[in-house]
Amino acid sequence: MSENLTPEKDLAAAGTPAARQGKTSRHHIEHFVAPLEETPLAAIDNVDETAAPLSLWADAWRNLRRQPLFIISALLILAVLIVAIFPQWFTNIDPRIQSTCNLADSGEPARAGHSLGFTLQGCDVYARMIYGTRASLMVGVFTTLGVLILGGAMGALAGYYGGWMDAILARLGDIFFALPLILGAIVIMQLPAFRDNRSVWVVVATLVIFGWPQIARITRGAVIENRNSDYVTASKALGLSPFRALIKHVLPNSLAPIIVVASISLGTFIVAEATLSFLGIGLPQSIMSWGNDIANAQSQVRNNPGVLLWPALALSITVLSFIMLGDALRDALDPKARKR
Amino acid sequence: MGSDVQPLLEIRDLAITFQTANGPVEAVRNAHLTVMPGETVAIVGESGSGKSTTALAAIGLLPSNGGVSGGQIIFDGEDITNASEKRIVELRGNSIGMVPQDPMSNLNPVWKIGFQVKETLKANGLAGANSKERVAEVLTEAGLPDAATRAKQYPHEFSGGMRQRALIAIGLACRPRLLIADEPTSALDVTVQRQILDHLDSMTTELGTAVLLITHDLGLAAERAEKLVVMYKGQVVESGPALEILRNPQHPYTQRLVNSAPSLASRRLQSQKAKDALAAAAAELGSPVEPAPVVEAGHTPSTVHAAAKHAEPQASLAKGAQAGETILEIKNLTKVFKLRGALGKSTDFKAVDDVSFSVPRGTTMAIVGESGSGKSTVAQMALSLLAPTEGSIKFDGTDVTTLKGKPLFDFRRRVQPIFQDPYGSLDPMFNIYRTIEEPLKIHKIGDTKSREKKVRELLDQVSMPASTMHRYPNELSGGQRQRIAIARALALNPDVIICDEAVSALDVLVQAQVLNLLNQLQEDLGLTYLFITHDLAVVRQIADHVTVMQKGRVVEAASTDEVFSNPKQVYTQDLLNAIPGATLLV
Repeated sequence: MSENLTPEKDLAAAGTPAARQGKTSRHHIEHFVAPLEETPLAAIDNVDETAAPLSLWADAWRNLRRQPLFIISALLILAVLIVAIFPQWFTNIDPRIQSTCNLADSGEPARAGHSLGFTLQGCDVYARMIYGTRASLMVGVFTTLGVLILGGAMGALAGYYGGWMDAILARLGDIFFALPLILGAIVIMQLPAFRDNRSVWVVVATLVIFGWPQIARITRGAVIENRNSDYVTASKALGLSPFRALIKHVLPNSLAPIIVVASISLGTFIVAEATLSFLGIGLPQSIMSWGNDIANAQSQVRNNPGVLLWPALALSITVLSFIMLGDALRDALDPKARKR
Repeated sequence: MGSDVQPLLEIRDLAITFQTANGPVEAVRNAHLTVMPGETVAIVGESGSGKSTTALAAIGLLPSNGGVSGGQIIFDGEDITNASEKRIVELRGNSIGMVPQDPMSNLNPVWKIGFQVKETLKANGLAGANSKERVAEVLTEAGLPDAATRAKQYPHEFSGGMRQRALIAIGLACRPRLLIADEPTSALDVTVQRQILDHLDSMTTELGTAVLLITHDLGLAAERAEKLVVMYKGQVVESGPALEILRNPQHPYTQRLVNSAPSLASRRLQSQKAKDALAAAAAELGSPVEPAPVVEAGHTPSTVHAAAKHAEPQASLAKGAQAGETILEIKNLTKVFKLRGALGKSTDFKAVDDVSFSVPRGTTMAIVGESGSGKSTVAQMALSLLAPTEGSIKFDGTDVTTLKGKPLFDFRRRVQPIFQDPYGSLDPMFNIYRTIEEPLKIHKIGDTKSREKKVRELLDQVSMPASTMHRYPNELSGGQRQRIAIARALALNPDVIICDEAVSALDVLVQAQVLNLLNQLQEDLGLTYLFITHDLAVVRQIADHVTVMQKGRVVEAASTDEVFSNPKQVYTQDLLNAIPGATLLV
């Protein structure tokens, strides 16, 4: 390195602040001009009118369509949805009718027309699995909706208004966040009002009570990130009231991370329902659900594992598809990956 | 000595291709440049011209989806185009140093400054037993006083300028023979920028380091480099001796650049508007704290010769009748923020301290200052988005600080903002039509049909094609977004537009275009601008009057010509001197 030090020493004066007249080099510098044909001048900052207009959502959709993860999970979810809505399309046995279960078939293995065998009660495992989809999915979907409404509202208000509103709402959320969902649900489901009226809606309500803080946190963070954006300030300067600015500008821009988390937690709510039902405090036995089937199967794990396996598999696949969907959405909606 | 010296860095016919979702994109083609030992070469170009990409290729730091697809990079006689990762790592730091652009994000916030300098020394095998002293030495060289103590601090304890000095220290720690400086000062205030560049200059001269300076500022480049390389759309369009290019640009693109470089511009954009108003107001602005009563046009005191010189008797103005009338009057404005201290104690921070000025209708008032001078806070208060602690803001005769409800809503129609960040000021979820229509909707003006007509008109006014309506902000460039923001601001036919650094984020040519647009609109619509900026070069092009702020106070207020020709305060002189290229003899 030292050999560099010498030749320029005599030019040291050029670096002093006084000499800001520009520098001239000792070396000969060729003045090169590119021929104009090679880089024709474009108009300054002209608009590219060729490409089709693309909204953020359209852009995300274009991105999603190319992701195998999204296609697989979306197809699976679609299948699960159809099964939940039209179970009769998939089996001609309606396990809700007592007469379809025959105690004589108790624990029987698979045979023609009953491809997955029978439960202890002599009911068709496949039919129960198909008909159990609806309750499981309903719990997942409605809990997610409830959590989105409650948690979204709490988080948005806390994040947007800040101050004491934030202090109260955020701490309230933290308190619920600190309670383990299963433990809290066990306690709540033991309350007489809940215990005596067990239904899908009671389970949904319980899960919403303990599930909202997560969405509230995400929403709060996203809202805080967006509330000071120039476009929000600009709309306030246009005369938009702060609350309407929240609804019109801040929330739509905060939606992406919320959707991602919601789709992942939809899966976990289905698991939570199954867990509660397994513990005997979720859905009543009269409602068919994967959780109940798994609970009933535990006594037979050794001699008839299929009874446990099939509803558990259905549960896993459904949950997995929602989590995969969430991942795919995260990639597509990631603002950092978006071209500016 | 001279012609037989071997070039230190030679780039020949370089082509760089990026693999994107839409297929390969050639970002740079046929680029060639030569850096002689100890020489400073500047690559000038707008964003997206490939200037950074070219320089990053020389140090092997292209993003993973990019690669050299043709040509050669020769460093000190060695072809490093396809050199192994190992060889490139050997060269980095030791032979080629780098000063990155953004001082805020390029230091690791969890490590002390000293550690980060030492890391560089270590990586290049220069950290011996006395590495601590060496770190302090390197930092001192970069102009950080009290370096031994500073080395123990974390980046967040440093100001932007100090961080940039630390980065320069890191870049030069291992005495590289070539330093690549990628927009090293574009995030800094002009005076800090000048200090840092002066220092970098004398340091590299002393060490004999060659510098490859990447910048968008032609004035700065010409002032600091012997040789200029002008890039446009991935190609070198012109290169040669700096001053020669500046005086005698050959390529049409270079000519364009030279013509619109704000630092080299010497006068306000020409317009036909009422200079009477200007003259009258200049009289009033003579003393900023106690504005004199408005002098009627025609009775201008001779003392304001600078402004009166321009006066044209036949000046026409859209709202001509009120020319000369003060539309915005700010008196003794003060804003105190409470800073939270330890244990609930709070300290007062005076962001704006006793600021007074008034803006005559149809003219442009520029508020100039560096970051932290309180200029944006003034803008926020003038927009009634922030309540002042003391003082009054009179808009067209009424005090707006106490407005509420309907009167405030009506006030909003008449004063509109344009913000700095073109990427932040438009809602990405709204298409352009909804964006421009929003103000009309909020104020319940017209029906769907008439609103669409209005949106078309507004787009036309800001020279955007009507087809833009259905597009989303992420499809537009910064300058285009800024024009949309202007259209939105114009939708309600406001009297005053407050531009908060409205052109600072734009490339030179686009900036000139937006400034011209603003000027044209002022002429056509009789708009009044309150122009907040840190850039005095821009002020000269757009403003009639200037208020210079420092640390919350007004230090100087006068007409633009007066401030530029005869600055009274040292601070103003410093600001003027710091304009890059201001002292060039072109």
